[in-house]
Amino acid sequence: MTEKREIPIHVPVLARVEGEGTLELRVRDGTIEELRLRIFEPPRMFEKLLEGRDYAEVPDMVARICGICPVAYQMSAVHAIESLFGAQPGPWVRDMRRLFYCGEWIQSHSLHIHMLAAPDFLGSASIVEMARGHAAEVRRGLKLQALGNDIIRLLGARSVHPVGARVGGFHRAPARAQADALREKLAAALPEAEALVRWTAALDLPADEQDFTAVSLRHPREYPMNEGRLVSSRGLDIAVSEFESRFVEHQEAHSTALHSLLDGQPYLVGPLARLNLNFDRLPSPVRTLADSLDVKFPSRNMYHSIVARALEIVVAMREAIRILEAYEEPVSAYVGVSPRAGAGYGCTEAPRGILWQRYDIDATGKIAAARIVPPTSQNQARMEADLRSSLQSLGTQQGEAALRRRGERVIRNYDPCISCATHFLDLRVRELKHG
Amino acid sequence: MNNARPRIAVHKFASCDGCQLAFLNLGEDLLALAQAVEIVHFAEAGPVDPDAAVDIAFIEGSISTPEDAERVRRVRANSRYLVTVGACATSGGLQALRNFADAREWLAAIYAKPEYIQSLATSTPISSHVKVDLELWGCPVSGRQLLAATRSLLFAVPPWYEKDKVCLECKRHQNVCVMVAKGAPCLGPVTRAGCGALCPAFRRDCYACYGPAENPNAESLARRFEGLGLMPEAVARRFLFINGAAPAFAEAGLKRRGKPHD
Ligand code: SF4
Ligand code: SF4
Repeated sequence: MTEKREIPIHVPVLARVEGEGTLELRVRDGTIEELRLRIFEPPRMFEKLLEGRDYAEVPDMVARICGICPVAYQMSAVHAIESLFGAQPGPWVRDMRRLFYCGEWIQSHSLHIHMLAAPDFLGSASIVEMARGHAAEVRRGLKLQALGNDIIRLLGARSVHPVGARVGGFHRAPARAQADALREKLAAALPEAEALVRWTAALDLPADEQDFTAVSLRHPREYPMNEGRLVSSRGLDIAVSEFESRFVEHQEAHSTALHSLLDGQPYLVGPLARLNLNFDRLPSPVRTLADSLDVKFPSRNMYHSIVARALEIVVAMREAIRILEAYEEPVSAYVGVSPRAGAGYGCTEAPRGILWQRYDIDATGKIAAARIVPPTSQNQARMEADLRSSLQSLGTQQGEAALRRRGERVIRNYDPCISCATHFLDLRVRELKHG
Repeated sequence: MNNARPRIAVHKFASCDGCQLAFLNLGEDLLALAQAVEIVHFAEAGPVDPDAAVDIAFIEGSISTPEDAERVRRVRANSRYLVTVGACATSGGLQALRNFADAREWLAAIYAKPEYIQSLATSTPISSHVKVDLELWGCPVSGRQLLAATRSLLFAVPPWYEKDKVCLECKRHQNVCVMVAKGAPCLGPVTRAGCGALCPAFRRDCYACYGPAENPNAESLARRFEGLGLMPEAVARRFLFINGAAPAFAEAGLKRRGKPHD
């Protein structure tokens, strides 16, 4: 009989990710037999909380799913509800929603680059430590993050759980003078955002080509944020309302997050997928900037995600400046809507990738059922596949600390937002050996 | 480096991360704070040492699993002061609305295999489990609240408790009253001040994300909403929201739940 020896190792891990989880490995004779990224989301059960609520309450409720991308939750929700009600909020609201979203991309990407990812490449444990040797870069990062927050505040009063968005538009339009002041600040900081791109591209990024399916929205003219069709690098091209025919969520025993697969396969969403699929939609100055880098897109190297994020900060800054330049105060900041029974679908590009929502609403405007598919559950199967191959090629004999460090770095490329997770992060390596 | 710096920790329970973001959004003040205190546990920012002894533990999130109930007791044992940050930690948060429903049935509806999920039927505030030294309300809290709390605890001056209501902040800012002007069911008259009356300034009704003020007269406001033409169920939903499990709001809301729907 073979005696199996199990060595459970329990180390706190996955610092600098949003939310908390566990990475578990089972190694037998040097080979990873099992790998699980455990996301313990003590279920906050938002989909059920939404049932019976009025459609107008949805934007303020779904924001609370994630403090880092509340705008994304609000935007997918208002689009889903308005598409069902047949509401046409018009060009002013459309522009302002894009502006609102630019703020969230700038804020979230800056936070991720500087506080979560960059310390890896510079050998620091945290932004605080990094600030000692790289004060100017840290200061630049904090400044960009603050500018993103300023944009959200312009339309939403505060940057976390902004109060300005509503079905039909916004509660209040910014004054022209506020819009002008913000535009000036953004224009002054644009060169710093461009310098950030060059700085990320010059980091010592590992070479690691991988095969994956990228999924994002695609719009006929724009770099996608609020609108578009769902496309993939393998030819998918469907309407947002057809999502459920190709994407299926299932539950793994080891996670309270539902995992999503496209035609039964893992896929990637987020900045790298978006940039790979929409490189031709970059505004031309950003395209020129991207072409001047040593890092080339489309890219199959997940470590290039940090450069994709920096480029998207520049996209968002330029878009915000463009929208603010043309800003005019509207007669009304929203249109009235009237409820209609049926199902409405919405999908927008959250900083971390597509965020899909569906609401079934009755004739009085009450939510009968809700379904929300966040980016992190879509990336989960891809993250596990990446971890497995990265850790295997690193070598399981490297020891726990090295495995943990590499595992965290791989995971950070995806910028998972385990917004509802708790249970601090452990790495558990179980070693099975023939005795 | 001064070894005697006070030590702080930031712990996460069931939450959205929005309150800890108030630290990460402090900008240069975050770097200054990290000089003045030693941040020993704050997983999202880098340091991980959940069982370290600290002077102040900041808690984000509510308790909704047996492990978390146990974990918060360990945090309490290791901390000189324990401060709750935000609605989740202080009142149970939006997710505490499950306390009024059949959470088991809900789990089964969302997850194909609910047996994998360790979850309590309730989402409860930290104070239901351990002694809390200071409660910071808000969904989310602001950076200003966090810095003020840190200062007052470390210098042993009594922390500032907001006793006013959002209504008063509106008057200070000379906002037009949305209830008077538009008949909007604003919760400002019963909500703790602290946000600066953001919603009325944006011409909309307050939804009480800063929780009930001291001695709120929720019942009389609920009757006023009915006077504005809201059906009992709609009034109930106003109170059963971000801080719906706070006793004053739960009472005013649940009382109307039994009545026929609109
Ligand atoms: S109180 Fe609000 S902002 Fe804070 S963690 Fe809870 S849901 Fe997020
Ligand atoms: S006005 Fe009310 S709902 Fe709005 S931010 Fe302030 S406390 Fe929160």
